[in-house]
Amino acid sequence: MNAQPIADNLFTDDNMTALVGARNKQTGHISFPLPLTPNDNIEPIALASRGTVWTYTVQRFPPKTPYAGPADPENFKPYIVAYVSLPGQTMVESRLTGVEPEDVKIGMEVELTAIPLDPDAPASEQKMIHAFQPV
Amino acid sequence: MSDVCIVGAGIHPFGRTEGRDGMDQGVYAVRQALADTGIAWEDVEFAFGGSAASGAADTMVSKLGLTGIQFINVSNGCATGGSALNAAASAIKSGEYEIGMAVGFDKHPRGAFNADPGAYGLPNWYGEAGYMLTTQFFGAKIMRYLHENDLSREALGRVSEKAFRNGAKTDHAWRRSEVDLETIMNAPMISDPLNKYMFCSPAEGAVALILASEKKAKELGGPMIRLKTSVMRTRPPGSFEVFAASIDNERGGTATEIAAKAAFEQAGMGPEDIDVAQLQDTESGAEIMHMAENGFCPHGDQEKWLIEGRTEINGALPVNTDGGCLACGEPIGASGLRQVYENVVQLRGTAGERQVPGDPKTAYTQVYGAPGVSAVTILQR
Repeated sequence: MNAQPIADNLFTDDNMTALVGARNKQTGHISFPLPLTPNDNIEPIALASRGTVWTYTVQRFPPKTPYAGPADPENFKPYIVAYVSLPGQTMVESRLTGVEPEDVKIGMEVELTAIPLDPDAPASEQKMIHAFQPV
Repeated sequence: MSDVCIVGAGIHPFGRTEGRDGMDQGVYAVRQALADTGIAWEDVEFAFGGSAASGAADTMVSKLGLTGIQFINVSNGCATGGSALNAAASAIKSGEYEIGMAVGFDKHPRGAFNADPGAYGLPNWYGEAGYMLTTQFFGAKIMRYLHENDLSREALGRVSEKAFRNGAKTDHAWRRSEVDLETIMNAPMISDPLNKYMFCSPAEGAVALILASEKKAKELGGPMIRLKTSVMRTRPPGSFEVFAASIDNERGGTATEIAAKAAFEQAGMGPEDIDVAQLQDTESGAEIMHMAENGFCPHGDQEKWLIEGRTEINGALPVNTDGGCLACGEPIGASGLRQVYENVVQLRGTAGERQVPGDPKTAYTQVYGAPGVSAVTILQR
């Protein structure tokens, strides 16, 4: 079995090519992710896979639960958390990958990918989360 | 309508007190406030109180005395103290009561607050993937703000340096040692651009304030500290708040901007009329943003203000004279009331080493927190 997305309804499909946004049918307002409970006013929409970094920070210490990624203080690798602006849609909170913290620039162009939450887990048990990488 | 006056104030030192729970710290603050006012618990006609993590405030009556008074619990997140004060002031303004109390207390475990995604309407993956941290929000928000307003990281360090300098002069503060700018700037990063000296910690502490009508305050004979306004507001569209998996491309205003505007209108004053201000400083970036959001300076001028020392105790607008949350920590239920306590002390002229010079007459507080709430007070002597 291939690595699976961490949750249903996060990506549009198992190839993880786009994130699922929530579009309000009345107002057209788009947010992410889908609400926890189904809502007649909300329809799923595929979000753009390219955008720009609006802001970011770096998670420098291993988080406590409910974090389920590698949290061993000895080997913890800081990760970048950004808001990526998808034109005409919304800004999505997302990990950045393929770039070091000191090289991130506000305004840089990025595209959607998927990364394992725990890269050291066996492939069959890997949970994939969304991330953006420099174009 | 009668002005509402603050006739007494009590505080349990902030920080860590082993062996005394949050509620008992609240009781300690109440007793101090009663002694400060020169009244007995039996004289208090009503109370509003709250804590986020230390139980229902009204159960305090078992320690203070079963006088049968109205005691209403307030639960309003980071605005709990501010909302208790607001409600107490309204009860007096309505003419129903002459004298009452607002109290807030808390005792939080060490380390960052742990949060459950479901409680915020978020799916479990949000927490599992490592987004459920308040520190990330503060880092990302000030990262953008520094970028947009061309401010340097050193401005953040200057806020912390001032906080610890003021905290060192404050009896009720937790962090009582100065830290120099170089040490601050070289400390380990927590959530870029914020490092360990730039965040406040959850802590413990309690504050009680006794409020009275103008008539009652005159009878009591103490200094007349008038609560000119107490305003609490929630967020407008397009604000940037904690635990947001997405935010709108179109940016909007903030709860603080709305609260500040309403407070100045109600008090018939402007930012230029304020002599001393206590502004929410959950992290150093918050103080910087709030200097502008409350109208004290234009966005982008904060670093210049800090370099020129304009927010120091002897500056044009002293900010966070007791070291704020950075030096005192943040027991959620008590934090907003601590700001008001500090202003009462400053307006009475009894702040000792940290006293703002020049006989301050007007004082401003602003508390901000999740999920986008802000509460402002203006006091006048």
